Amino acid sequence: MTTAALPDQPESLSNHPRNLGTPLDAAMFEGRAVNRSAAERRAATLTTRRSVKKTYQAAWLVNAIRCIDLTTLAGDDTEGRVQRLCAKARQPLAPRIVEGLGLSEMGLTTGAVCVYPTMVPHAVKALRGTGIPVASVATGFPAGLMPLHLRLEEIRWTVDQGADEIDIVITREHVLKRDWAALYDEVAAMREACGKAHLKAILATGDIATLRNVYAASMVAMQAGADFIKTSTGKEGVNATLPVSLTMVRALRDYGDATGHRVGFKPAGGMKSAKDSLAWQYLMKEELGNDWLQPDLFRLGASSMLGDIERQLEHHVTGRYAAAHRHSLA
Amino acid sequence: MNTITDILATMDYGTAPEDSAIVRDWLKKHETGFGHFVDGAFTAPGELFEVRAPASGELLASVTQGSEDDVDTAVRAARAAQPGWASLSGHERAKYLYAIARHVQQHARFLAVLESLDNGKPIRESRDADVPLVARHFYHHAGWAEIMEDELPGTAPHGVCGQIIPWNFPLLMLAWKVAPALAAGNTVVLKPAEYTPLTALAFAEIAAEVGLPKGVLNIVTGDGRTGAAIVAHEGLDKIAFTGSTEVGRRIRRETAGTGKSLTLELGGKSPFVVFADADLDAAVEGVVDAIWFNAGQVCCAGARVLVAESVAKRFEDLLEKRMRQLRVGDPLDKNTDMGAIVHPMQLERIKGLIEKGVSEGAELVQGTAPEGCFFPPTIAMKVEPASTLATEEIFGPVATVTTFRTPEDAVALANNTRYGLAASIWSENVNLCLDIAAQVKAGVVWINCTNVFDAGAGFGGYRESGFGREGGREGMMAYLAHPKPKARKPEAAPSAPVGQPGEALPGAGARIDRTAKFYIGGKQARPDSGYSYAVSGPNGPVGLAGLGNRKDIRNAVEAAHKAKGWGKATGHNRAQVLYYLAENLSARAGEFAERLTSFGASKTAAQAEVETAIRRTFWYAAQADKFDGAVHQTKSAHVTLAMHEPLGVMGIACPTAQPLLGFVSLVLPAIAMGNAVIALPSQTHPLAATDLYQVFDTSDLPGGVVNIVAGERDALAKTLAEHDDVAGIWYFGTKDGGRMIEKASAGNLKQSWVEDGAARDWLSKDGQGRGFLHRATQIKNIWVPYGE
Repeated sequence: MTTAALPDQPESLSNHPRNLGTPLDAAMFEGRAVNRSAAERRAATLTTRRSVKKTYQAAWLVNAIRCIDLTTLAGDDTEGRVQRLCAKARQPLAPRIVEGLGLSEMGLTTGAVCVYPTMVPHAVKALRGTGIPVASVATGFPAGLMPLHLRLEEIRWTVDQGADEIDIVITREHVLKRDWAALYDEVAAMREACGKAHLKAILATGDIATLRNVYAASMVAMQAGADFIKTSTGKEGVNATLPVSLTMVRALRDYGDATGHRVGFKPAGGMKSAKDSLAWQYLMKEELGNDWLQPDLFRLGASSMLGDIERQLEHHVTGRYAAAHRHSLA
Repeated sequence: MNTITDILATMDYGTAPEDSAIVRDWLKKHETGFGHFVDGAFTAPGELFEVRAPASGELLASVTQGSEDDVDTAVRAARAAQPGWASLSGHERAKYLYAIARHVQQHARFLAVLESLDNGKPIRESRDADVPLVARHFYHHAGWAEIMEDELPGTAPHGVCGQIIPWNFPLLMLAWKVAPALAAGNTVVLKPAEYTPLTALAFAEIAAEVGLPKGVLNIVTGDGRTGAAIVAHEGLDKIAFTGSTEVGRRIRRETAGTGKSLTLELGGKSPFVVFADADLDAAVEGVVDAIWFNAGQVCCAGARVLVAESVAKRFEDLLEKRMRQLRVGDPLDKNTDMGAIVHPMQLERIKGLIEKGVSEGAELVQGTAPEGCFFPPTIAMKVEPASTLATEEIFGPVATVTTFRTPEDAVALANNTRYGLAASIWSENVNLCLDIAAQVKAGVVWINCTNVFDAGAGFGGYRESGFGREGGREGMMAYLAHPKPKARKPEAAPSAPVGQPGEALPGAGARIDRTAKFYIGGKQARPDSGYSYAVSGPNGPVGLAGLGNRKDIRNAVEAAHKAKGWGKATGHNRAQVLYYLAENLSARAGEFAERLTSFGASKTAAQAEVETAIRRTFWYAAQADKFDGAVHQTKSAHVTLAMHEPLGVMGIACPTAQPLLGFVSLVLPAIAMGNAVIALPSQTHPLAATDLYQVFDTSDLPGGVVNIVAGERDALAKTLAEHDDVAGIWYFGTKDGGRMIEKASAGNLKQSWVEDGAARDWLSKDGQGRGFLHRATQIKNIWVPYGE
């Protein structure tokens, strides 16, 4: 199975060529050691070795906003709820804060909004003209245990509705049974189904559990042509953690070293605070460099994080601690 | 221009300075100069020297240069306080140590900022490593004070301890010294390093704050001269030193024969071994923690990176990339990975060594560092084992990289050093890790981690990295003495053996002549000298013994090194041999008793000596598979194994009295623990011991495990003490001989145990015990983190 001749991405989404994938190459991950204790130690020092203060902190929080996939993935989502979310994505900070930060000219928005497939038309409508991409989960999210043809059909339908990015879930069974060929074929087929839309492969790292599995699954997903690898659906017992993220970005780095392709990273789930947004940005900068602090290679899958960032930025502007009820709901 | 927009373009971190205003106020309060802390109060400042911040060169404080008189006053205060302190209940002492731990936490940021200013280490380290470990050390030792009576029975504090600490972890080293000393009931005179005395002085204020009884803790500041005055002071019972091997060696020589107990925590050149199946990213981060932690100014720094040739290229690439991410600069910036070098003198030393290394062919890869007292993180490639950078302790942020081919190769390179402090081993194969951990000569072994510390585990070295442990149960033993038996009448120096033919021997002509030879490598050996000397009985000579010389010792040491299998055998295997030995000794009990009576022992005494020797052999056979180590409770998701390991090759000089039992009582514990021994039997009556080799031969004792060389004890023992390939020496003889042994042992800093040969009645309970086994072993702490 090859992934050649994949269609190009829409220009607005990225500053670099898409990942073309490679044939499945188990030598790139089998036997690759990932030492859990060491990963935990490194993850723990990321936030103790680096700190941003004052204007730098404000700038880094603004950058986090640019990278947020503002998300709602709930059973009670409605058109109204999605409209509200999109309004917040268009204007993530109260105008007085934007002004205080001197960013009135910037046109600050979140990186994308992320919704369920049936909510995509509402989001597309609400974001028309803003340039903010609409991302949708698909493939029987979150468990993904639907027949493959239905999952592929779901992708095609969602792209048809106007989604620019598709967050797919992998079949965890393939990882747990080490059936790498099945995993590769599945993701490659999904990538094909995505067409111009970008594919983010959710590895559900809480389910596949070991860091060795995380590394291997990351590598297979990238070989199959994923544009992004993403930690979690937000529905597993354990969502994005720094040790898991460290393992994934190292896989991403190794894949890039071997193939020259750049793949993005999206931690998702469980990240709620402005402080979390800084921790993950330190990780990206330390392990991969500044390019991976841009929304075309880095997204934060979060919903409540933006509220905390807004409060911190208001404090930066006014010197007073802020109250959430003075900011608009997402 | 908008700053936020600018920052968004570069995504720089900026600076995150730690506020030092409160500490600077404190320094200002003391700007007229610090005195010593003696007898619960600060003395008036005396002759002052300057203490500067290495990062900026600014003057921080003026501190008093301690004189001999100052040291004497402090020792007197400590002496006066000691009985009262020791007589407090463990619970009372525990309350003080607990209070110190609490107050260290309450002043945590103050201490961290002061430490970073004074030493130049990043605030991240002083805040996240040094100060929390200080608090942990006092908590842990508050516990030891509380339970000491139950857990460490039969021990007593040494008395007054003189403690000299280095500048790399000023407050932490103070904690490592002071906490166990005080917990055990000792009082202390401590000298901090002259570069970094300030946190010790702040700590003195904390001691006063918690109401520590006066005189229990005394702090005298000053340079090496003050340290020398402490070492030389006759009123001290114990010296504990952490610092360079060179100074440690001098202290060993100067304290020889004084009866002062001594522990030394010295230099290192620790290997950092990366196998092909390791998580290379993890190992790279390990190097960061190993050699760029505290700018490599760490005695246990993993300075010699040994990497499997098959992954060397990838590893070096990753390492270089990681190194370039390190930020070197202002210690008080929270974004600083590596701060200043402690002092311009140390910086010059590092530069000098690096120049030498480059001239010898090393290739450097370096990060960047600001102007001033900073040195960039450095990787030195193409460093061969013979080069300066591979052998000398640099004490700076310099890792050398050398490749290896096989595990055997890795072990050979790892152990190719005078030192033996620590080692770090990286592989995902637990079999391989533990195999290498067992083979590497180091007191601390970190598997898939490095520079992990906890008060609950022992820290200390093998070889020229010193002796004694700090932390855990083994660390407490360094501040406690087992009661020492005292001789009613000290052993008299035996008269020099005379290598000439002389008077008729008993039974000469009547029975077949019997020659007592030496026993080397499992074979009987004639003395190299070709001389024999007469062994006297009550009424003239009773036989001849060979007159040993240096070459016999040399041969015996070589033979002992060949008996490698003995230390690796199971305790059960060794026990079997020892039981068998007792069995064979028992079968020949009459013969041995007869030999002893020929030396003048009464029949009853001779029988008792033989019987006790047999029983003692059983006792050590029983201990061979029971003298267990421990699993320390340290950090979560870590197993910390404290393993007893034999010293290796030991010299044992036996007392003159009780020639069979003295020999058995000393040699058996040593070999039960897996050591190979060169034993010098009673000079006056060596034949009781040389008779034993036939018992050894019939008991399956492998050749080389016990070697016997007779002759002039002190001359032979001196050769053993000076021998660089002997790891420990026990000497039971005269006071002068003991001093000579301690002095001579300084060469390779071998562990020595010296006692008056007449102090113990070997028939009594003093003649055996766990104390002998402790002396015959050293503790290796192996850290194994776990989790998948």
